[in-house]
Amino acid sequence: MRDARFGQAGRPACTIPAQRKAAFEAEILPHLDAAFTLARYLTRRSDLAEDIVQDALLRAYRSFETARADNRGAWLMAIVRNCFLTWKAANGGHRDRENCAEAQVPAAGDWEEAAEQSTPESILLRQEQSHALRAAIESLPGQFREVLVLKDIEDMSYREIADITGAPIGTVMSRLSRARKLFAEAWKQTPASMETRS
Amino acid sequence: MNAAFRPCPEREPLLHGLADGELDAANALALEAHLGSCACCSAAFNEIVDQKALLRRGNLRFYAPASLRGRALAAIEAENEAAGAAVPAAVPDRASPVVRPRFGLNRGAALFSAMALAASLVLFVWSGSNAPGPDQELAAAHVRSLLAAHLTDVASSDQHTVKPWFLGKLDFAPPVATLEKEDFPLIGGRLDYIGGRVVPALVYKRHGHIINVFVWPHGKGQAATRTMDGYHILAWSSGGFDYAAVSDLNMAELQAFREALEKEPSRP
Repeated sequence: MRDARFGQAGRPACTIPAQRKAAFEAEILPHLDAAFTLARYLTRRSDLAEDIVQDALLRAYRSFETARADNRGAWLMAIVRNCFLTWKAANGGHRDRENCAEAQVPAAGDWEEAAEQSTPESILLRQEQSHALRAAIESLPGQFREVLVLKDIEDMSYREIADITGAPIGTVMSRLSRARKLFAEAWKQTPASMETRS
Repeated sequence: MNAAFRPCPEREPLLHGLADGELDAANALALEAHLGSCACCSAAFNEIVDQKALLRRGNLRFYAPASLRGRALAAIEAENEAAGAAVPAAVPDRASPVVRPRFGLNRGAALFSAMALAASLVLFVWSGSNAPGPDQELAAAHVRSLLAAHLTDVASSDQHTVKPWFLGKLDFAPPVATLEKEDFPLIGGRLDYIGGRVVPALVYKRHGHIINVFVWPHGKGQAATRTMDGYHILAWSSGGFDYAAVSDLNMAELQAFREALEKEPSRP
């Protein structure tokens, strides 16, 4: 399918867009939660994350036939990251810091609680811990936050993270090492961390 | 990380590599041998492993709201529609590409989703009567379950809690398996309403992805894989039951899930 390229020459849209859309739904949309997770941690805001992901999906749709097809997940993550950086450049980095406190208030219904525990008390405890863990991650500087999210939440390989962030693998490894250390420090200062240690 | 356990500086990135399973065999062997003799590296390594486990258990993924998926698909529809006239790949980068695309795009998109909605409603009416689980209903039930606090009516990883819960609410006993070992932990059960009847939904999890399994008695035997709104639907029948598993997992993992479920001996 080369229609993305030749379509620009004015080929009329008939059944081809429907096929493209179906292929897009099958190949790209399964990575939607991963994309949203990355955007949510990068922006620390739910509404902004939605805008970033929507923008990224549209960009992905425009070029997904001509892009490499072997790792759609990593490819979409790279687009999300680029959309975020574009937004950040346009809006000035300062908002990123200032909105930190606001960002730590999670929107209702924004995430699914851990249902593995069965009593309301343990679910509540678990939710509090998730909030605290998220807050600790969100307190990290951007370049460390993103490797931590990609590795320890999305479980991507060093190679994939290197592709997504455009950094050499050695850099990914040293950033990850630093990110985990920073996270450990932030987590130790969280009251919720006491419960897990006991 | 505790300052008392400062690992050998040159080995520190390697410790992470080992914990992440990213080292080649030679390096991994050498480092493991070193861990046996160096208490500091060994303690640091354990901290890394513990912290990875903490983050993994912590349920830290976010789930994209269903409305986002709908908006994105509507925007794509709008783009497809415009594709005849416009030049899609060459849309210029505006200074701020993310300035509320919702409003600009969505006047057209809203019309589209309205049309799409109308179309799917028609499909509902037409296919609702014969098929036990039309794809639209399955996908919709899956999406509904992901909205806050709708996932499970009974939240438990124990099949002996989930299974009795269904008794008295259904005229049959759905098979319930705990697939903890296969890394598809059961997280609960729910009643749903599909194809004009009450249907049990079993909820499993895979690395933060949710799998809804709908079960009907009297297997008709048609196995199929389908995609609906980007969700994968895997249908099969086995042991007198029809199953339909719905998830955003890829089809290969969904097939692995089916195999795990079929192998599990806990049949009614």
